[in-house]
Amino acid sequence: MSDTRTLINPAQLNRTVYRVVLVLAVTAFTLAFLGPLYLLVTDGLKSTAEAIQTPPTFYPHHLEPSNYSDAWNRLNIAQLLLNTLWYAFGALAFQLVLDVAAAYSLSKLRPVLGNVVLGMMLATLMIPAMVLVVPQYLTVLDLPLVHLNLLNSPWAIWLPSVANAFNIYLLKRFFDSVPQELLDSASMDGAGPMRTLLSIVLPMSWPIIAVLSVFALVNVWKDFLWPLLAEPDPTKQTLNAGIYSLSLGVPENVLIAAAAISAIPTVLFFLIFQRNIMSGLTAGSLKG
Amino acid sequence: MAVLTASSGTDSSPAKASGRAGALHRSVQRNLTAHGFLIGAVLCFALFSWYPMVREVIISFQKQKAGKTTWVGLHNLNQIVNDPSFWPAWRNTAEFTGLALLLGFGLPFVVAVFMNELRHARGYLRVLVYLPVMLPPVSSLVLFKDLYNPNYGLINRILQLLHLPTSGWLQSPHMAMLAVVIASTWMNMGSATLIYLAALQNVPGDLYEAAELDGAGLLSRIWHVTIPQTRLILSLMLMLQIVATMQVFVEPFVLTNGGQGVDGSTTTVVYLIYQYAFNFSNYGAACALGLLLLLCLAGFSVLYIRLNRRTEA
Repeated sequence: MSDTRTLINPAQLNRTVYRVVLVLAVTAFTLAFLGPLYLLVTDGLKSTAEAIQTPPTFYPHHLEPSNYSDAWNRLNIAQLLLNTLWYAFGALAFQLVLDVAAAYSLSKLRPVLGNVVLGMMLATLMIPAMVLVVPQYLTVLDLPLVHLNLLNSPWAIWLPSVANAFNIYLLKRFFDSVPQELLDSASMDGAGPMRTLLSIVLPMSWPIIAVLSVFALVNVWKDFLWPLLAEPDPTKQTLNAGIYSLSLGVPENVLIAAAAISAIPTVLFFLIFQRNIMSGLTAGSLKG
Repeated sequence: MAVLTASSGTDSSPAKASGRAGALHRSVQRNLTAHGFLIGAVLCFALFSWYPMVREVIISFQKQKAGKTTWVGLHNLNQIVNDPSFWPAWRNTAEFTGLALLLGFGLPFVVAVFMNELRHARGYLRVLVYLPVMLPPVSSLVLFKDLYNPNYGLINRILQLLHLPTSGWLQSPHMAMLAVVIASTWMNMGSATLIYLAALQNVPGDLYEAAELDGAGLLSRIWHVTIPQTRLILSLMLMLQIVATMQVFVEPFVLTNGGQGVDGSTTTVVYLIYQYAFNFSNYGAACALGLLLLLCLAGFSVLYIRLNRRTEA
């Protein structure tokens, strides 16, 4: 790690004390953060009787892997997983196309009233999400002017996800840093705004696009109340909301097996993309 | 293009006029293109953010009965204030926010300061702390609900083995909120920890050196160097966390069977909004209460900006 000076002078640090503290810290962190994950996996392997026995056991004495297939079938997890992927990647596509286009327009094409639009978008950051849930739900029930009911359709998740001022803000700031001379020379060569966006601005913007993509997917995956309200049909729900609504009448061990299954994709996703995710988190919040 | 128009300025007047018409034409065209790029996102904002905001205010002064909408003035406000759950819900929300700040604001900072001192295993610890943030919340909450069970839950079992007093946790009106906060902190502390860790790495090392030369001890170095150096990010996170925790929903909702707990001990303001809207279809009351919550949170934001301005001046 870095050798910069921190709170404690490394020269004065007692080696043995440091070693002991390090080992204790690694043990404590592992117990605190991996312990519950271990229980999530193993509690799902217990039999129904063992799952609710007093005193509880720390590991399954009788392995029952059939809980996992039971959970898969009873909670219709294949369907929920497909729904979640469909909603998440759809939301990602809509956000990438519409938010990138809007931020590009606000940053480089600078239309009349562009700053007013930007201000109104950023103002939505001030409004707590939970306050708007009720009127948003009523809007989805009966879309103004066209009178469409989006309930139980993926549009109810895709379209609201585009109204994300944070995306617009980050993208616009990134596009602002693309030098204007580059765009001018492109337009000198006869490239239209679309061509400029696709072949000059976007290739320079991969870092920010990657960060936004990760958050777009994770947001759909972790959202609870909105999918619960917007997709009341249990066959249309996301994993996160669906496991909750289907949990009634399912034995404890099967429910936990279902929770473990639904955690697997995000854990894998995190372990693969951890560097991007964690650097994106600090980039978005510290400098944003 | 601009060069062409400028050079045409020296030409005869008919050419100038046509140049001006061309410029106007180009400007309209440019604006049309720009608005074309903008329109998709603007429509989504209009439908799902701006219009609902206006509607939130309108509905809170209306009542819907048998398909008819009437203006009722402050009737909704009157109704929610006289609801016996109104004050307990605010008290619970305040209790949750207070506990969540003690744990959820303090702990990540302590953990980050500690992790920043370690020279090894930092990458591993960072992954560990952030892992719960990536889990689907319902998965974590289903597990915590099981662990908290007073009879077959492992938390009481561990306390027993350590000869510590056990508790009814979610089934005890006094402990339920704390139990919810502990679960919520476990699930969410990762992001704050990593943000603080990044901020701590920007603290210049010579400041610690200088403080040490002046004879400042460990705690004094934290108080006089670490905290002032990370003050901006700390105050911003404090404010964001107050706003986020006052809107808590999923944790009490899943942990305590629909968010009430024993004797309504975990009923929060947001849960009350949910109940008005989706259990009783009383959208007027739901929006009125939402407006109150909005005002309350806006008050915190204003306070934050004021305090920040004062310390900067």
